[in-house]
Amino acid sequence: MFDEEFLETREQLHKLQKGKHLLFQQVPMVEIDGMKLVQTRSILHYIAEKYHLFGSDLKEKTLIDMYVEGTLDLLEMIITHPFLKPEDQQKEVVSMTQKAVIRYFPVFEKILRDHGQKFLVGNQLSLADVILLQTILALEEKVPNILAAFPHLQEFTVKISNVPTIKKFLEPGSKKKPPPDDVYVRTVYTIFAP
Amino acid sequence: MTAKPKLYYFCGRGRMESIRWLLAAAGVEFEEEFLEKREQYEKLEKDGCLLFGQVPLVEMDGMMLTQTRAILSYLAAKYNLYGKDLKERVRIDMYVDGTLDLMLMIMLAPFKPPKEKEENFALIMKKAKTRYLPAFEKILKDHREDFLVGNKFSWADVQLLEAILMLEELNASVLSDFPLLKAFKTRISNIPTIKKFLQPGSQRKLHPDQHYVDVVRHILQF
Repeated sequence: MFDEEFLETREQLHKLQKGKHLLFQQVPMVEIDGMKLVQTRSILHYIAEKYHLFGSDLKEKTLIDMYVEGTLDLLEMIITHPFLKPEDQQKEVVSMTQKAVIRYFPVFEKILRDHGQKFLVGNQLSLADVILLQTILALEEKVPNILAAFPHLQEFTVKISNVPTIKKFLEPGSKKKPPPDDVYVRTVYTIFAP
Repeated sequence: MTAKPKLYYFCGRGRMESIRWLLAAAGVEFEEEFLEKREQYEKLEKDGCLLFGQVPLVEMDGMMLTQTRAILSYLAAKYNLYGKDLKERVRIDMYVDGTLDLMLMIMLAPFKPPKEKEENFALIMKKAKTRYLPAFEKILKDHREDFLVGNKFSWADVQLLEAILMLEELNASVLSDFPLLKAFKTRISNIPTIKKFLQPGSQRKLHPDQHYVDVVRHILQF
């Protein structure tokens, strides 16, 4: 369970910055275990390590790390997409679809096919599964049939979506946020405008 | 006898340089295969060595490691440069992630179109002097210890030193307002493994030149 404080005004961001709560003046920031954590990857690694989603040894952890890093490269395109100029947005959807379908999905399809297990690494749920599911669902919002050529990834999506904690998060009323809309984009520009 | 790690990359800094620094800091000898022709890269891809079709690639301990941060985390853990517990590790991770954000800007600079270069340089300097260097100066000021985390040499110190030296190549007086960072730079540079790496003839690579940019563009086709 977690609480959230939503940034809606520049004043809120400045207050956090002036109060020295943001190591590099940036968000995300997660206050946890007496620390103010910043840098998305660092936060993800901390949570994964603490809640046993990072494999059972250094080799598994490194494999999870490699998969997550690749997936985050793809997710980054989705995150920045709403902030592109409108005339560039459609082109970018094509570009991210190509990247997904040529570079990333075939790799994960092969991993799943080769070991025949439910999870990407070590036969247990890890950060790699969670980030990949998030990315697949975000892409499917833009390109509904993006997994058409990837039967193992389709199966993966169903199976991971049915993990009880994830299933709960995918239900309406959870803290999962909806796709970015104009209000969201405008709010971000307002807060971070120079 | 364990084989030495083998690094596959262009003969220049890019994303592999931080990996070279960390291996050197840990006192680990390594081999390098330099990519000079597109055919070499295509062969690595065809042989299934490149997980997502990208370099850096480090062959070590029976694994083909890709993804710069994943490689660096592996090396830090293996060579005891990752703190003593999870709390120290997350601090090292945060400091490294911030430093790598700044270094990525420097790394991409040679590939910017000529008309954008001056503005880009100004932005790098601004971010360094107003966002990153002050953060690290404050960390050193608050604990007054020799190293960034846990009073012990770690990956965070190596990464920051690398960034400082790259910034100084762009602007020799970049540390003028940061006395603790100046002292930090001297101190870390004098650690024997680092001192060795800073000497001529080591595997440290030079500042990127036009030849480097051309080779990368040729091999990665952009």
